Amino acid sequence: MTHQYPALTAEQKKELSDIALRIVAPGKGILAADESVGHMAKRLNQIGVENTEENRRLYRQILFSADSRVKKCIGGVIFFHETMYQKADDGTPFVQMIKDKGIVVGIKVDKGVVPLAGTDGETTTQGLDGLSERCAQYKKDGADFAKWRCVLKISDNTPSALAIMENANVLARYASICQQNGIVPIVEPEILPDGDHDLKRCQYVTEKVLAAVYKALSDHHVYLEGTLLKPNMVTPGHACATKYSSEEIAMATVTALRRTVPPAVPGVTFLSGGQSEEEASINLNAINTCPLVRPWALTFSYGRALQASALSAWRGQRDNATAATEEFVKRAEVNGLAALGQYEGSGDDSGAAGQSLYVANHAY
Amino acid sequence: MTHQFPALSPEQKKALSDIAQRIVASGKGILAADESVGTMGNRLQRINVENTEENRRAFREILFSSDASINQSIGGVILFHETLYQKDSSGKPFPTLIKEKGIVVGIKLDKGTAPLAGTNGETTIQGLDGLAERCAQYKKDGVDFGKWRAVLKITSTTPSELAIQENANTLARYASICQQHGLVPIVEPEILPDGDHDLQRCQYVTEKVLAAVYKALNDHHVYLEGTLLKPNMVTAGHSCPKKYTPQDVAVATVTTLLRTVPAAVPGICFLSGGQSEEEASVNLNAMNQSPLPKPWKLTFSYGRALQASALAAWVGKSENKKAAQEAFRKRAQINSLACRGQYVTSGKTDTAAMQSLFTASYTY
Repeated sequence: MTHQYPALTAEQKKELSDIALRIVAPGKGILAADESVGHMAKRLNQIGVENTEENRRLYRQILFSADSRVKKCIGGVIFFHETMYQKADDGTPFVQMIKDKGIVVGIKVDKGVVPLAGTDGETTTQGLDGLSERCAQYKKDGADFAKWRCVLKISDNTPSALAIMENANVLARYASICQQNGIVPIVEPEILPDGDHDLKRCQYVTEKVLAAVYKALSDHHVYLEGTLLKPNMVTPGHACATKYSSEEIAMATVTALRRTVPPAVPGVTFLSGGQSEEEASINLNAINTCPLVRPWALTFSYGRALQASALSAWRGQRDNATAATEEFVKRAEVNGLAALGQYEGSGDDSGAAGQSLYVANHAY
Repeated sequence: MTHQFPALSPEQKKALSDIAQRIVASGKGILAADESVGTMGNRLQRINVENTEENRRAFREILFSSDASINQSIGGVILFHETLYQKDSSGKPFPTLIKEKGIVVGIKLDKGTAPLAGTNGETTIQGLDGLAERCAQYKKDGVDFGKWRAVLKITSTTPSELAIQENANTLARYASICQQHGLVPIVEPEILPDGDHDLQRCQYVTEKVLAAVYKALNDHHVYLEGTLLKPNMVTAGHSCPKKYTPQDVAVATVTTLLRTVPAAVPGICFLSGGQSEEEASVNLNAMNQSPLPKPWKLTFSYGRALQASALAAWVGKSENKKAAQEAFRKRAQINSLACRGQYVTSGKTDTAAMQSLFTASYTY
């Protein structure tokens, strides 16, 4: 292993690095609009809309017809396969609409979770077969980055060493293949918020998982400057009795990242998990005002947390399209501010009152 | 592994973090005065001085009785066991003399290399036996940090996976034990400069070694904010025909560190290896002038590169004490400037030369 067999040329590295930096440019984050058909069913069900291809097209059109205001707060959009090849009412391909706004197009490339036999209900993620050919095609069709989601959960016995190692390895293989095809891999090792564990437990597990992920990326010769990380924020479990402030969440999250994510990684784009739109923005803002040195961009890659209001405003009615788009733009702008640490909140006690709650980081 | 069994209390963490921050405070680095009896023999032989305990004591006294203002450049001193219990001519113990100046006292803790059977002449390090008790005693005797040097070498077959993993593991065990006893561990995975390999090869190997070291530290639950790293700079091998500039060394080194060393580590104190005093200062300066981000302090932990001139000025004669101290003070001050990127070498204005090399950083 002492000899290098360079995986990428200097030009390939530069291209990947440039793409990554464009996505996480200051004040910008990602719209995760890559819900699978099944996932979209749940969303549309909640607003009483039938899950047809046309309705999914109409809904994404609402998001993608946002005006130029989104240029300064959205750096990338993640697509689902079907959506990559859909068009607006006037025949403009969605990919085109996004690129015309100067936003980078991304594609979900994993093929969902599969069980790990012999574990307590743990999974790995499939999708490596033929991934290289798929990436090459997506690149031709306009995609410059990809996303692959692995899932881990916290319980008494999990995540196990196998689950951590296997998911880290599969993420590294995916990342390596993407880069070979000019695609920036977003590496997503999501640790679910389900459970009654406290903040410290989530932090501990997140540190172990991320350390394994970055060791695997190193082992697989992945070019870190041409990747992005999409982790969970460090939060207590949903059923945890103790409540924590956004500053505590911020300190725990930034501390965990500082201990595991090499500074060469250009950006960390948090998933919103089960957080509400406002919660996700407030927490992101607290992360960006945290008094620890943060050598990577800390921004968003939100699905629900960017779309919930837009979905309820739309309810499947064409007449509501403009109002729905407006809701999306509003959330996008709020998160753009949060990514700069400039979001004051929707009125409650954030801001100055929040500052005093930053407990010194040696408690983490 | 999903439950944390905290290795350290918040108070222990704070104490360790504070010590580490003091050692690498702005403009300060480390005097590595921990040469073993044998190594000191080599140094003294060069200036025709007999290797007696008194001569070793006398030379260290010259260094440690420098004017208190040396504390602007020196944050810590590493001692060898014998030296910790020696005194100056007035009977004042060396640790007291050093601490009076507000400088932190450290101790070499390893017990030298041991061969790894079945490898191409590779080694691991011994010293773990009874290490906890030794650390506890040293802490009582005035020591606040430890040092442990692992050694790897580059050839066509080395470093092997075993050597990397074994040395990373012993470093992590040593670090864990130190922290349990209030000592900040300096982690030193030295990759020797011997050989004819080029800069890229050294960078590749250093990245692999450091990735393994930080994975091991994570596995062993080491508190990164309470550690320091002492790596080699990334340089070509001694007998490499190709020559590189300080800017080449700086970019290769900082890039390597950005890819492997978490931002939580407060400071990186380079070893000088076989470099001359001036070379070691110029290279350190180039790193601190580099426009690449540096979320940790980049400073020095020099032995030869701080003492060579002082030894040559002393040549064993007590009447040369002032001259020797002045030589040491000069090097200390130069390195203090270098760790702030403010060392202006006599003669050349090399800013123009520097500029043109930085755009190529992505090729590393």
